[in-house]
Amino acid sequence: MTSLPVDISNYVGLSAVIFFIGVAGVLTRRNPLIVLMSIELMFNAANLALIAFSRFWQNNAGHIFAFLVITVAAAEAAIGLAIVVVAFRRAKNVDVDEVAGLHG
Amino acid sequence: MILFWILAIALVLSAVFTVTQKSPVYSVVGLLANFVALAILYLTLNAEFVFVMQIVVYSGAVLVLFLFVIAMLSSGVGPFAEGPNRLPRIIGPALGVVAVGAAALVYTIARVPLQEPAPQASATLGQAGQAGVFGSVADFGAALFSTHLLPFEVTALILLVAVVGVVVLAGDAAPMPTRGRHAVRRAAREREPIAKVRR
Repeated sequence: MTSLPVDISNYVGLSAVIFFIGVAGVLTRRNPLIVLMSIELMFNAANLALIAFSRFWQNNAGHIFAFLVITVAAAEAAIGLAIVVVAFRRAKNVDVDEVAGLHG
Repeated sequence: MILFWILAIALVLSAVFTVTQKSPVYSVVGLLANFVALAILYLTLNAEFVFVMQIVVYSGAVLVLFLFVIAMLSSGVGPFAEGPNRLPRIIGPALGVVAVGAAALVYTIARVPLQEPAPQASATLGQAGQAGVFGSVADFGAALFSTHLLPFEVTALILLVAVVGVVVLAGDAAPMPTRGRHAVRRAAREREPIAKVRR
């Protein structure tokens, strides 16, 4: 097994498609939980590109970077969900358009 | 090759499902399918350890965290049931973002070389699961604990920051009474419980 099953550009294109589905979710949804899930989709798309390029160059630095991205994504999810819980506790309202406590 | 296209279709469909569902619980199910398909795709790219981590960290930890928060907050609450209704207002900027992204994508794909090079290879390819082979757990571990030790330490710091941040944000509302017995007692009385228990 020395060659990729399909061209690397297929992996990059798939990664971009998933990333933009995530972007669409962040832009269009008002539910903060689904916004956070869309952000996770975008993290995963970035990871797919990293892993694909890592396999392409046969250099495992991309795996290390994907590991770091997974850690950051987990931390981001934990803190984001904590913010959602706090916002819900304060206002009983979690519409991302109406949570504006930090608005200048 | 057939496996790649099956996984690609599963990935796109589950991502669209995740983004378009009304109820966040269905979104979590879609996200689970997405993560599992992506993990199998990692395995086809020789990334064994990332495959395991994808299953354990994402499907195991992050999604369960989402489910806990949904279970805590969304029992019969109105705003959680709202669908995608911001689209009319943001359609202009959204189209701009998508256009710029698509242009960048076309440019990137056009510049990706199609021959498979190996000038910077960190290990050779071989059968999955063997030591010293690109993408094996041994290869990943050796790289993580020698060449890339600093990112590993930074990972630990990021997790520490996340733990402290979550406890500060979602823990007790008044965790540090200023001083004196009265302040302590008042803080205990005013403290907001993490979950309201109906007696």
